[in-house]
Amino acid sequence: MTFFPECPLPLDEYPRVLLAHGGGGRLTQNLIERVLLPSFDNPFLAPLHDGALLDVDGGRLAFTTDSYVVQPPFFPGGDIGRLAVFGTANDLAMCGARPLYLSCSLIIEEGLPMEDLWRVIVSMKEAAVEAGVQVVTGDSKVVERGKGDGVFINTAGIGAVLSGLDVGSQRVQPGDEIVLSGSLGRHGIAIMALREGLSLDAAIESDSAPVFPLVEALVDEGIDIHMLRDPTRGGVSSSLNEIAGKSGAGIVIEESRLPVGPEVQGVCEILGLDPLYVANEGNFLAFVGAGQGERAVEVLRGYSLGREAVVIGRAVEEHPGVVIMKTLIGGERIVDVMSGEQLPRIC
Amino acid sequence: MRYLDEYRDGKAARKLLDAIADATTRPWAIMEVCGSQTHCFLKYGIDRMLPEQVALIHGPGCPVCVTPVEIIDQAISLASRPDVILVSYGDMLRVPGSAKDLLSVKAEGGDVRMVYSPLDALKLAREHPDRKVVFFAIGFETTAPANAMAAVVAEREGIDNFFMLTSHVLVPPALEAIASAPDNRVQGFLAPGHVCTVTGYVDYERLAERYRMPIVVSGFEPLDLLQATYMLVQQLEAGRHEAENQYSRSVKREGNPQALAIMDNVFEVVDHGWRGIGVIPKSGLRLKGAYARFDATRAFDLEATTAPATESVCIAGLVLRGIRKPVDCPAFGSDCTPEHCLGAPMVSSEGACAAYYHYARQEAAR
Repeated sequence: MTFFPECPLPLDEYPRVLLAHGGGGRLTQNLIERVLLPSFDNPFLAPLHDGALLDVDGGRLAFTTDSYVVQPPFFPGGDIGRLAVFGTANDLAMCGARPLYLSCSLIIEEGLPMEDLWRVIVSMKEAAVEAGVQVVTGDSKVVERGKGDGVFINTAGIGAVLSGLDVGSQRVQPGDEIVLSGSLGRHGIAIMALREGLSLDAAIESDSAPVFPLVEALVDEGIDIHMLRDPTRGGVSSSLNEIAGKSGAGIVIEESRLPVGPEVQGVCEILGLDPLYVANEGNFLAFVGAGQGERAVEVLRGYSLGREAVVIGRAVEEHPGVVIMKTLIGGERIVDVMSGEQLPRIC
Repeated sequence: MRYLDEYRDGKAARKLLDAIADATTRPWAIMEVCGSQTHCFLKYGIDRMLPEQVALIHGPGCPVCVTPVEIIDQAISLASRPDVILVSYGDMLRVPGSAKDLLSVKAEGGDVRMVYSPLDALKLAREHPDRKVVFFAIGFETTAPANAMAAVVAEREGIDNFFMLTSHVLVPPALEAIASAPDNRVQGFLAPGHVCTVTGYVDYERLAERYRMPIVVSGFEPLDLLQATYMLVQQLEAGRHEAENQYSRSVKREGNPQALAIMDNVFEVVDHGWRGIGVIPKSGLRLKGAYARFDATRAFDLEATTAPATESVCIAGLVLRGIRKPVDCPAFGSDCTPEHCLGAPMVSSEGACAAYYHYARQEAAR
């Protein structure tokens, strides 16, 4: 008799996978924590960081993987190929590691124009040079027309952790200052504006870019980095909630300090979105030691990618695990994890 | 950013808060009618900055929340048909019908699409002449003119694979139902500025006179709401009961005549059910005359699919009528969350329960 262990996500709640299970909000969290984590249970996976940290022959490696399914595959400021290289390289950087080697697996739909494929590959090649990584292994599969969506890319990456650097949510403590390296929501809004066919005066470009040089600069300047996270899917709110949850610290951010470009703000107002929940691809959150925030900002602003860097808040002892925002008009509110996908309002 | 920053200014907010505190000498219960106003109050923490004597009661102005479960079940049954593309505003997709929601139908293979405008639904109908495109047309007087326009365009272009499943509701009859209820606690209304942009506020003047209750038409930014609250408190303290307009940058007394004309051409006023509240006389809109052929309830054989209501601890109806607060519900935040909700106000982006859950859960825990 075959024994089939009961699925830990109650089937009566979700007999089928919803899009929101991939949205980066609470359902994604449920999927990871109730289905994936217990199934593969091991100490490397358990911290649920952007990558696993592996001690190999006296050195420390970071290992990560990510799949890219963005639609449309070409957008202002980037394309699926650049995203696939930078996204994985950035996950390594968030482990405090110098990105070194990438794999590239392509799942291609029958009928994809060869020119599109070529554009993606050339873009990956250029992005790899920019990010200082080499694509050292790969795979390609073609599926029948209608069974894919143009092209999906998976990349895995290996990086070398910078010597002496220890980054993780367990290091977050009250007093830590929270630095955001660039303005909010540009990637998500670039894609959304394109999908919705919004005609804007100037196209909003995705912020897709490799962030490792900025991390390295912080380390070189002797900034004590406790935690790094790139707020991609689910945006800054989801990242902060995850960090608050895992570290047990409370987090306070100030709305008046959040860097949001006017065009991103404008589209958010039109579509009823909150920039705190919109995906980014070229910035990161750094939790640095008390009193080091402004210095970190100064270092980051030396780079064009970091010119909008700002201290957005701090970790506190109060309200453990909860993210609170001081609002523009002087009130306070919770910053919650996104539930489901961010859907537009109707009136 | 212009037209936004000036309505979110901290210093000006402080001044208005002080003015409200100075003007308030007694306890007052005021209702902000629109769910977006509720969200603004909580999102900026204004509810906790107002004097304790000014109690906010959250109104029924969440179109998604008040759409009857029977109509959601009709949408679900339509979406499950292979010949139908069901098109809806995003907010409607997660609202529970009696058995499931539209997102689940989508995951099961139903063709459910989200749009920002009814004209996008028409576009889908033109692109898919072999399918039947049903637009789930819901909302207050704000969405009604645009939805009416979709019917007008469909009629003019002879698009015969386009249909509308409508659940349109009107604000003044709902306010009348609240004001005339024997257990009513509301002493003044902050009226919905977007609705009044379309309709004007002549009807609200009649309501203010009839029920001797002050009404202030309010915008949706923090300073709009603070100023409108100040105007309302001043009226209450002075014993006045007028309909005033705070949102004059958008609202005119007579409203938008073109929008009203197109609504009048396409829709007729009918009695309508409100989820959690019940049937309110003359509170809904239905396609009429030449446009009735687009009515999905006439074009499709929609059998009753709604399961009888089961016992539930959910107090959505009381919340929508302003009798109870979301945090008074025993299921709030435990059995009822945005991921797995018992009532619509927990999933809608305008629902009062969602506002408390997302922005003020701490307070509920205290």
